[in-house]
Amino acid sequence: MSQATREPRTKRTLRKAPFVVITAFLLLWLIGVATGEPARVLEQALQVCLSCIGIG
Amino acid sequence: MEAARKWIQVIVAILTNGSWSFPFTKTLYQGPLKVICAPGLNCYSCPAATTYCPMGSIQQLLGGLRFALENGQYYFGFSVLGSIGVLGGLLGRMICGWACPFGFIQELLHKIPSRKFRIPRILSHGKYVFLLLFVVVLPLVLVDEFGTGSPWFCKFVCPAGTLEAGIPMLLLQPNLRSTIGLLFLNKFVIMLLFLTWAVFSSRPFCRTACPLGAFYALFSKVRLIKLHLDEAKCTNCKACHHVCPMGVKFNESPNDPECITCLACMNKACQFDAISLEIGGIPLAVPDKGLSPASKP
Repeated sequence: MSQATREPRTKRTLRKAPFVVITAFLLLWLIGVATGEPARVLEQALQVCLSCIGIG
Repeated sequence: MEAARKWIQVIVAILTNGSWSFPFTKTLYQGPLKVICAPGLNCYSCPAATTYCPMGSIQQLLGGLRFALENGQYYFGFSVLGSIGVLGGLLGRMICGWACPFGFIQELLHKIPSRKFRIPRILSHGKYVFLLLFVVVLPLVLVDEFGTGSPWFCKFVCPAGTLEAGIPMLLLQPNLRSTIGLLFLNKFVIMLLFLTWAVFSSRPFCRTACPLGAFYALFSKVRLIKLHLDEAKCTNCKACHHVCPMGVKFNESPNDPECITCLACMNKACQFDAISLEIGGIPLAVPDKGLSPASKP
């Protein structure tokens, strides 16, 4: 590659790490959904958790 | 940009607490939206809450893990962890600065004119202890005779839960008032402590005790959207130190886990355009202010 066609050293490149992390957690979320976890989360979220809020 | 952030904080607070029928129903919102994860710390026992709190939910799932496994249900909290993990990978603690109702409340309290105090940096480690111990270990390990653990952080610490759920539920359901005991008193005192501290110091709960903030802080180096420091332009004038609500010295630590990307350093402090917002390494915005290129050193 000639000197003229080289990219300047200051040019910022796309970071791949965020995409790897996001994909990994997306897969984790899919596993959770596949095991039926959201239904359990919804079940909990629909009830007043008295001990959680310091009353019971 | 600061006005936009304030508006987003208001909109998210309204969206995550958008069920206003509670004065008539006297109870929680019980619709299907509650399967959606709130990005910030927002108690799902709040009568107006439309989404679930990730920290509350994780504790409940881990507390009930033994019971679930005995029944062949593999509820490890993956869907919750996945939800906040995706949010963390995208925005990290930008969520604290832009989308957390309790963070917003603390910001408003800090506007009350008073003498202001710094928070010692060492206290910022506390939130990791709360995350590990109160959210994960104790609900998982300390179980009752039925094998069920308690949501330790919600039960003994969370001031957001007391403010957004405990007090409103007591007002809505008078029959609950007879159950007030030491547990509530402990949480009420903790809530008063943090709310009072917020008047004198910036975001004390976010900085010292929030387990969700601690989780998002783990993404400080790898999150997609973050602030970038151009070292060639930075003069180390330290102007960014004085405006940061989280006590971050941005020129010394551009990937600081405390940074909530409120953009104060970029828009209010840096006169040399050394700080910019980037998406995955690509500059998104550079403040259109500061010195002209000709006058720069």
